[in-house]
Amino acid sequence: MDVRKTFLSWPVIRQLSGPDPLGRGAAAQSARTKELRPRTKTADRVVDSICPYCAVGCGQKVFVSGERVIQIEGDPDSPVSRGRLCPKGSASEQLVNSPSRVTTVLHRRPYTAEWEEIDLDTAMEMVADRVLSTRARTWQDLDDHGHPLRRTLGIASLGGATLDNEENYLMKKLYTALGAIQIENQARI
Amino acid sequence: MAECHPVGFQWVMEAKKRGARVIHVDPRFTRTSAVADQHVALRAGSDIAFLGGIVNYILQTETFFREYVVAYTNAATLVRDDFRDTEDLDGLFSGYDEGKRSYDPASWQYEGMREQATPDAPGHASDEKQRIGDHAGGHGTTASGAHDVERDETMQHPRCVFQLLKRHYARYTPSLVEEVCGVPREEFLDVCEAVTANSGRDRTTAWVYSVGWTQHTVGAQYIRAAAIIQLLLGNMGRPGGGILALRGHASIQGSTDIPTLFNLLPGYLPMPNAGSSADLTEYLGGITTPDQKGFWVNARAYAVSLLKAWFGEAARADDDFGFGWLPRLTGDHGTYSTVLGMLDGKVEGYFLVGENPAVGSAHGRLQRLGMAKLDWLVVRDFQLIESATFWRDGPEIATGELSTAGIGTEVFFFPAAAHTEKSGTFTNTQRMLQWHHKAVEPPGDARSDLGFYWRLGDIIKKRLADGTEERDAPIRALTWDYPLLGPDDPDAEAVLREINGSYLTGEFAGRPLPAFTEMADDGSTSGGCWIYTGVYAGGANQAARRKPGAQQSWVAPEWGWAWPANRRILYNRASADPDGRPWSDRKAYVWWDPALDNGAGRWTGHDVPDFPVGKAPTYRPEPGTSGVDGLAGDDPFVMQADGKAWLYAPTGLLDGPLPAHYEPHESPVRNPVYGQQANPVREEFRRKENPSNPSAPAPGSEVFPYVFTTYRLTEHHTAGGMSRWLSYLSELQPEFFCEVSPALAAERELEHGGWATVVTARSAVEARVLVTERIKPLRAGGKVIHQVGLPYHWGVGDRAIVQGDSANDLLGVTLDPNVHIQESKVSSCDIRPGRRPRGPDLLRFVEGYRHRAGITVEGAE
Repeated sequence: MDVRKTFLSWPVIRQLSGPDPLGRGAAAQSARTKELRPRTKTADRVVDSICPYCAVGCGQKVFVSGERVIQIEGDPDSPVSRGRLCPKGSASEQLVNSPSRVTTVLHRRPYTAEWEEIDLDTAMEMVADRVLSTRARTWQDLDDHGHPLRRTLGIASLGGATLDNEENYLMKKLYTALGAIQIENQARI
Repeated sequence: MAECHPVGFQWVMEAKKRGARVIHVDPRFTRTSAVADQHVALRAGSDIAFLGGIVNYILQTETFFREYVVAYTNAATLVRDDFRDTEDLDGLFSGYDEGKRSYDPASWQYEGMREQATPDAPGHASDEKQRIGDHAGGHGTTASGAHDVERDETMQHPRCVFQLLKRHYARYTPSLVEEVCGVPREEFLDVCEAVTANSGRDRTTAWVYSVGWTQHTVGAQYIRAAAIIQLLLGNMGRPGGGILALRGHASIQGSTDIPTLFNLLPGYLPMPNAGSSADLTEYLGGITTPDQKGFWVNARAYAVSLLKAWFGEAARADDDFGFGWLPRLTGDHGTYSTVLGMLDGKVEGYFLVGENPAVGSAHGRLQRLGMAKLDWLVVRDFQLIESATFWRDGPEIATGELSTAGIGTEVFFFPAAAHTEKSGTFTNTQRMLQWHHKAVEPPGDARSDLGFYWRLGDIIKKRLADGTEERDAPIRALTWDYPLLGPDDPDAEAVLREINGSYLTGEFAGRPLPAFTEMADDGSTSGGCWIYTGVYAGGANQAARRKPGAQQSWVAPEWGWAWPANRRILYNRASADPDGRPWSDRKAYVWWDPALDNGAGRWTGHDVPDFPVGKAPTYRPEPGTSGVDGLAGDDPFVMQADGKAWLYAPTGLLDGPLPAHYEPHESPVRNPVYGQQANPVREEFRRKENPSNPSAPAPGSEVFPYVFTTYRLTEHHTAGGMSRWLSYLSELQPEFFCEVSPALAAERELEHGGWATVVTARSAVEARVLVTERIKPLRAGGKVIHQVGLPYHWGVGDRAIVQGDSANDLLGVTLDPNVHIQESKVSSCDIRPGRRPRGPDLLRFVEGYRHRAGITVEGAE
């Protein structure tokens, strides 16, 4: 006979007979609560990561189940953070799983009032078109004194401080080869 | 720090538990103040007066660390006899040209230092000074002949730096500090005593700032002022010392090292300038001179390795390694100049990559008006941030200044992958690279920025592959063949490996470089960012190391990888005395052990020594020796042209060799220190879109009698793109508010929990009123100054969970001349009860203020 089903498992009996006379702990625990496990226990895998908010660089453990991030916690091994996360870092599961996250490419035509969904490959080609035509139109080969400029002031970029080093590297490399110099990020702001 | 870097702040609390005294200097009382031993409330924008007062106290009481100062700084170095200080010129230094509003820094130089060769740049004369600033902003400065400048080690010579310092700061007395900063004399002296008592052989004091210190028209000089204190007290290069910048974005340090910044190439090499970079040799002449000391003398190896990484086989020695392909600068191309370029129709296309300038940059209206003039805009983000939707729901639509049907900007929104959906490194605020592993695939069409830019480059390369246009040659030559892990998913480790660099020839060809000292200037090595060389040493991703902190030393060298060379404290040679012995047992960090290497001796310790490891403390170079060999055994500042730390900057800064207190660009206070009111060479943009509030004593300044400062909250992130779309964080901090003192609330009839409108010459915003004792009225410049605190996370749009007016709409654009960062931490304003007017009435309301203050649209002065 399952002892949990007998009257001996009634909370009041447990409270009176067990180590929890005030009924605030084990005595009040329901069978369902007892069976609950943190979702981190059943994760398929745990992936090492770093918090994406400020520059302290706290260690994160990313718990994945069914190819979905189910929880993000502090990494106790990190000598930087010792397992702690701040309110923002603790909320980073919401950052990646936000229901309002956009997952398709959107396009707003000039002078129109609405977004239109657009195919990723088409959009990439359209951006490449615009980069090349702006660059050709605004290219500066020499200054007034005949010194080389080899650049365009028609293209600008802002961003990088929230990105990876490798991403910043490819951005700077490509922009510089294109002659785009107005490349900036939050470090100037 | 407790507000914006709470997890980092645990270490401050650890130190406090062990007896450290924590002093918090801030206009506001915050969570940091709540647990500090002392909170010092000072007037926003008065920090140089406060720090200068400490310098004066140190010099007057002779509490400086004499042995350190004499040996390791330029205190003993003599300055030219035609140098004139602010003491002589009522707030100006010698060399000021009123017409150009700039300095000729020639007279600031060391005695005996040859004048910097001014490259022949006709037509760019006005840009030339700027060029020096933009260059110096990256890599320090050239100092020709700096290896054998004149020194007086008794520090008695009237023209030695020490005596100049004494004279310059003699005016910064406790009573002046009280008058300028509003800090009572006793409170100030308490700080001075604490800081000096806690510095010396046995103890060190750390200064920690958040980047608000940089957001002033004298921002670079704020940091310089702290550096002077730390050098006088011997707190640099030592454990528990230093000046620590707390930066607010996960890889803002990395995006400065590997810069998405206009004036830099990777590793703080400057971008070339038109007219002074005809070839690689001329360009390098602007970085380093052959007769200066230190590691910058090897700049050719760093530059050539970068060009080899970018252009591969096409970077040939007989063609200057493709240097000629690099675009050239002609002055300030920073983000604010660029926005003005948008308004003028010069900029057609704009990429926003994880940034939201409509909310996060100064003068939001200017940002949005600029974007409305673009031909095309690409936004890459997680959510439809305000910068992506300004054309339908921006504040200017409400005022009628813009209409959706009238905005011709074509907008692309590309969804971005999150940190859990891509692998790569962030560089944290202490220069440490940490690898984060991809956990899941990004949803739908979301892509990493690595994937986006790789793909864009791939398309462009294919389109131009068969072209003949000369301007396309660098694109055709660009190395871009990264291994793909999936569609649009280049292997980030391969990119990191390119950044690290490789041997290209010889027996190690193809192997990663172990250290930047292996880089060659003949094209036999590659490396995308020389200071990051070593992150892939031994063919292993050192940034991914995660040996638990509890299983290694307190320096934790096996967690991640810090540039350069996995060194955790820079200039750590200074942690030992000139003879190479630790200053004290308690503060031992790196030292010379004469017994090592069979008695030859070697630098060793808890960290990677920041010094040639076999160079004995007694080593003295032959006179005239330059470069690394020119460093004496007691020259710890190995990147400086003279091997010494600079109390006084003979070159490299545009606004003076020593920090001096100037009032902010917009201030209700007449400068109590000098006749000169504000930084004379601050970068101003006098145009109708960017009007300024009159500053004291000009008429009209009384229309904006209060001071406001902007800041962040624990629960939000910058412009809110990563926080205002999250329900937890939105619930914790739902609404824009202003912090005011009970006295100001009474003066302006502001009701706690009610609404207030804050007004400047640019705009008016409304905020909930938080009446709090945390903001104290201060007495400064002979009057009571009320300050208003404004967190800046909210923006106007209809997509975020929480919205509101943006504090940054109040700001104008006026910049620090050295680094082009805006003054956003202090400005003047008016505040009144109630909500702001709606629609076109808002424009009329602000125009009314401009009219009363006598601000003309054209002159904007």
